[in-house]
Amino acid sequence: MPNIILKKERLIPGQTSKLVIDAPHIARKAKPGNFVILRVCEKGERIPLTIADADPDAGTITIVYLVLGKSTAMLETLGEGDAILDLCGPLGKPTHIERCGTVICVGGGTGIAAMHHIAKGHHLAGNHVVAIIGARNKDLLLFHDDLSAFCPEVLVSTDDGSFGHKGLVTDLLRQRLENDPGVAEVVAVGPVPMMAAVSRTTEPFGVKTTVSLNSIMVDGIGMCGACRVTVGGETRFACVDGPEFDGHKVDFDELRKRLGAFRPQEKESFDHFCRCTCHE
Amino acid sequence: MPCQPAHERVGNFDEVALGYSREDAMREASRCLQCKKPKCVKGCPVEVQIPQFIAALAKGDVESAYRTLRETNSLPAVCGRVCPQENQCEGACILGAKGQPVAIGRLERYAADTYMALDACDQLTGRPECPLIDPDLKVACIGSGPASLTVAGYLSSRGFKVTVYEALHELGGVLVYGIPEFRLPKSDIVEKEIAALRQQEVEFVTNWVGGRTFSIDDLFAEGYKAVFIGVGAGLPRFLDIPGENLVGVFSANEYLTRVNLGRAYGFPDYDTPVYRGREVTVFGGGNVAMDAARTALRLGAESVRIVYRRTRDEMPARLEELEHAEDEGVRLELLAAPLGFKGDADGRLTAVTLQRMELGEPDASGRRSPRPVEGAVYDLPTDLAVIAVGTRPNPILLEATPGLTLDRRGYIAVDEATGMTSIPGVYAGGDIVTGAATVILAMGAGRRAAKDIEARLRPAT
Repeated sequence: MPNIILKKERLIPGQTSKLVIDAPHIARKAKPGNFVILRVCEKGERIPLTIADADPDAGTITIVYLVLGKSTAMLETLGEGDAILDLCGPLGKPTHIERCGTVICVGGGTGIAAMHHIAKGHHLAGNHVVAIIGARNKDLLLFHDDLSAFCPEVLVSTDDGSFGHKGLVTDLLRQRLENDPGVAEVVAVGPVPMMAAVSRTTEPFGVKTTVSLNSIMVDGIGMCGACRVTVGGETRFACVDGPEFDGHKVDFDELRKRLGAFRPQEKESFDHFCRCTCHE
Repeated sequence: MPCQPAHERVGNFDEVALGYSREDAMREASRCLQCKKPKCVKGCPVEVQIPQFIAALAKGDVESAYRTLRETNSLPAVCGRVCPQENQCEGACILGAKGQPVAIGRLERYAADTYMALDACDQLTGRPECPLIDPDLKVACIGSGPASLTVAGYLSSRGFKVTVYEALHELGGVLVYGIPEFRLPKSDIVEKEIAALRQQEVEFVTNWVGGRTFSIDDLFAEGYKAVFIGVGAGLPRFLDIPGENLVGVFSANEYLTRVNLGRAYGFPDYDTPVYRGREVTVFGGGNVAMDAARTALRLGAESVRIVYRRTRDEMPARLEELEHAEDEGVRLELLAAPLGFKGDADGRLTAVTLQRMELGEPDASGRRSPRPVEGAVYDLPTDLAVIAVGTRPNPILLEATPGLTLDRRGYIAVDEATGMTSIPGVYAGGDIVTGAATVILAMGAGRRAAKDIEARLRPAT
């Protein structure tokens, strides 16, 4: 049955979960970089989530989400055997992948899940993939084992030094670029400040940098422009032109501001949800 | 036509026009002269047999009136509400020459509403004979808006097995996301029309995006004998002026989709939020601009201004919408063109800079061309700007279907007589062919394509 959650894994309890969903019609077409739009309930909002993995033979897709507001909180209440009410995809332009040599894939927070799918695609294309992942502490690191399965190098940084390098992913990135002038591309997926920092880091090295943007979306199919970003001075829609763009051309400051457009409503919605669930 | 009073209706999203009573309808229907050569029928894009349905209403026979309407019009309750009758049937009515034309749209609405309100059993005994569906005569429609719904209605009533694929999670296309609840109630009208199609064994699949979840080639591989593309124009045009990406500037598509599809007027009971503005500006002069403006009022705006670079006479909106908007308190900032948006340090909209315009010579469309008045530039404070200046073709399906020939504006090129595209067996109609237009034109295009599909797939008929 479509949209049934086959497997649920609490990667970071109360915070980040991974769902393997039965969705053969999406799995057969899903490429790295694609995302889905889903709704959890009848009055629910449409939200985008990147596809972290897809298995066309098994007919499943994997998504990873952070509980940040009402919709993800509602998603977190679902378990194995439950169906996701509406699931639509694969959306967005897939990652541009070609055989080019060494590709560094940087992931931060839940962005690591999206980065995982892209890293896998590069690996399958015959590229040497270096994964760089970062989190506040070792308990918040995601997909380390999954990435180690196929990436010849997995570099880790934690803010508190509880695992790997004490510091930021950009420290590791800069080091790696300094030691290896032959890197063909850097891909970064994560919070906006992280993607902006990665782009600033790679600029002096002149390396092609691809970022995957997490704009607010409504339809996800190009109809409304909620996801519009400025890339190289031109307006682009993240849902149909992206979500991946040249990191050196993205106006991250504008993106950060646009991401805050509904902050008061998001808080109101989440508070309303918490009050309602507390009464049950 | 009885309406909710303006001061009351700005506080709710209930339908504005309340509809005729039986007496009103019979009285109005009796005005029809039953012309031997009815001009009204020629004015109708789907050739409804107008005098015939009106004659039935004059006698109080709603069922016959409804059957006549459904012969050519799959969505009579919708059209009765949203058609620009003043440019179509009523505009052609001979009584309009010296007085008021017959209120054909209101009569159509009365017939459709009354029939659909009948008890299910009454409907069953009265409904058209259920056709025998041939499971091999498979036709797919991409998009579930008025064009595809018309194709589905026409072909299913003639025994074809139709499946409609919709990208969004709710069916109806622009009927659901574009036209507000107060003009076209969703659960009462749109859902009922779709239920009627389900009764004719039309299958509906939601959350499937043509060009991403499936391709047209996939459809033919699945055994579909013909495909109708009714995906709409849906990519919003922006003004391309500085500041357009400030928080607080929205395309009308986004603004309306949040409110109509997302039911944001019910936030936080419904999860989709909408941006609330106190001083709202809406850019454009068509129906979409009217819908956005009237929606903003209902969401509590203190002032709503429609900014338009020509004058009231040049506005393309349906007359009733413009009048209702003005009654509700929408103001018109005419002969004004936007130059740029201004914002605060947080990137939020605070004002729009406008250029005063004056009318000059007529342009290619026949309307007098606006030109700037030297030096007349001023700022209008605004915290929510809705851009309603039209749409462009959505690239998703087009990019995924390279064999589809497009016209110079990027819309799908079709044969005028049949609606067929450059790909044999693939048809298109509605906004994806014409650019943003009306529900009735989309239905006319659907009908044209459905007729050709029937002729080709079942030539013996």
